[in-house]
Amino acid sequence: MRVVVDLNRCQGYAQCCYAAPAHFELRGHEILFYDPAPPETARARIERAEQACPVRAISVEPAGLAEEDAP
Amino acid sequence: MSGQAGIVVVGASLAGLRGAEALRLGGYEGPLTLVGDEPHRPYDRPPLSKHVLAGELAADATALPQRVPLRACWRLGSAATGLDRRAKTVRLADGSSVAYDKLLVATGARARKWPGEGAGLGGVFTIRGRDEAAALRAALARASGRVLIVGGGLIGCEAASCCRALGLPVTLVDPNATPLARALGTFVGGTLAARMRAAGVDLRPGTQVRALEGEDGQVCRARLADGATIAVGLVIAALGAVRDTDWLAMSGLKADIGGLTCDGACRAITRTGEPDPDIFAAGDVARWPNPLYGGRLVAVEHWGNAVEQAAHAARNMLNPDDPLPYAHLPAFWSSQFGLNIKMVGLADGADSVAIVQGSRAAGRFLAVYGRDGRSIAALSFDEARWLPAYAERIAVGAAFPPIRGATDQPAVETRAPGFPPPRPIPTDRGRMPEAAHA
Repeated sequence: MRVVVDLNRCQGYAQCCYAAPAHFELRGHEILFYDPAPPETARARIERAEQACPVRAISVEPAGLAEEDAP
Repeated sequence: MSGQAGIVVVGASLAGLRGAEALRLGGYEGPLTLVGDEPHRPYDRPPLSKHVLAGELAADATALPQRVPLRACWRLGSAATGLDRRAKTVRLADGSSVAYDKLLVATGARARKWPGEGAGLGGVFTIRGRDEAAALRAALARASGRVLIVGGGLIGCEAASCCRALGLPVTLVDPNATPLARALGTFVGGTLAARMRAAGVDLRPGTQVRALEGEDGQVCRARLADGATIAVGLVIAALGAVRDTDWLAMSGLKADIGGLTCDGACRAITRTGEPDPDIFAAGDVARWPNPLYGGRLVAVEHWGNAVEQAAHAARNMLNPDDPLPYAHLPAFWSSQFGLNIKMVGLADGADSVAIVQGSRAAGRFLAVYGRDGRSIAALSFDEARWLPAYAERIAVGAAFPPIRGATDQPAVETRAPGFPPPRPIPTDRGRMPEAAHA
């Protein structure tokens, strides 16, 4: 699955890091490092991270969209 | 839209993708074609000069999520080479043509190559696209000698950070007194310079690379303007970007290496000064009069502008009777040397800067830039949560400094920001701006 974070919006609240610790990590004081291509099996946790973000900075591709709309 | 050709988006990166999505979200049901010069589907670039170089992410891992089905015809791997506005067609590198009723130009920019002596040598890299990043990453993984980085802008500094994290010796050469001098000024840039040196970067400010020399076709030495000679194993040319407008040269549109000129509604301007009602532009390639900066023509090479301008251009394309002006407060982020750098606004032209939270000594601070008594930009080193409040004040041109008496605010002292003299602005059909190096 594909994920992108708007790092202009991100304020380092780290809620994603609690929701999906294997895929979001805070480094230093406020640098977010994340996995832009997590496995589909992590979807529930990634979507929890998306919903937990207080500034709505995380975009997740809907399930099945890639197959439905393959270039 | 009545035509059969539909909408063509030229450029399949962030702006092209978000523009296409915005067209579908805006109710456009007709034919949609996306043209891209690279064979890859749209991918995210910011990680390339950070986590990809550091080896933490594979170069092909940053494909961008798509929010809605596009039902598009993708023409990937075939660059646009020409535009015929009379016939309303885009010519592609494979010799074919694509007809359009409306066109969104989102071709972005490409890395400026090392222009001087030694340009053809092996071991000289640029970073812009995914394939460039993959090639550089592979070279760094087997590098043993010193890495020379030519240029202390955002990409050069991020690359320096990655190389040090990999344990490679690094020399960074920049003609200004500090890194990021054009973006942040030397007052703030000096803080970064100290941090880079503490991380082991051999920083050479105030000089230039005169020539690269090779042995057996591989770069092995650099000669600097100050007379120094450096043995190098690998060179990263981080000399900024050139907007991809070559394909528009014969189109009759106002385009050059500084961008494609647009009106306030993102419509491309012709050489006779009229907007073409069927051609829009967005992202790095678009140069438009930004009302937040007095209608000055600006092209903003940052992620947030690609996203917002693409959506705005798509909206105006679908509402030709109600075009809205595009007002945008530029913003960017960078992470390097363990530091999160974020900026809002355009600081160039600032006559003052003040630290309004934290301190340079502590390495965490928020700086505000002023011009003629107005606040025009704010910069955070690891103090990002203060930024949104300042962004609001900057967007309305509040007095400088804009916020007084905040908790923990230091005594606000105004300093000279230390911007280098401006480079000549590339003129219409103009040549390269003055080369920073060589």
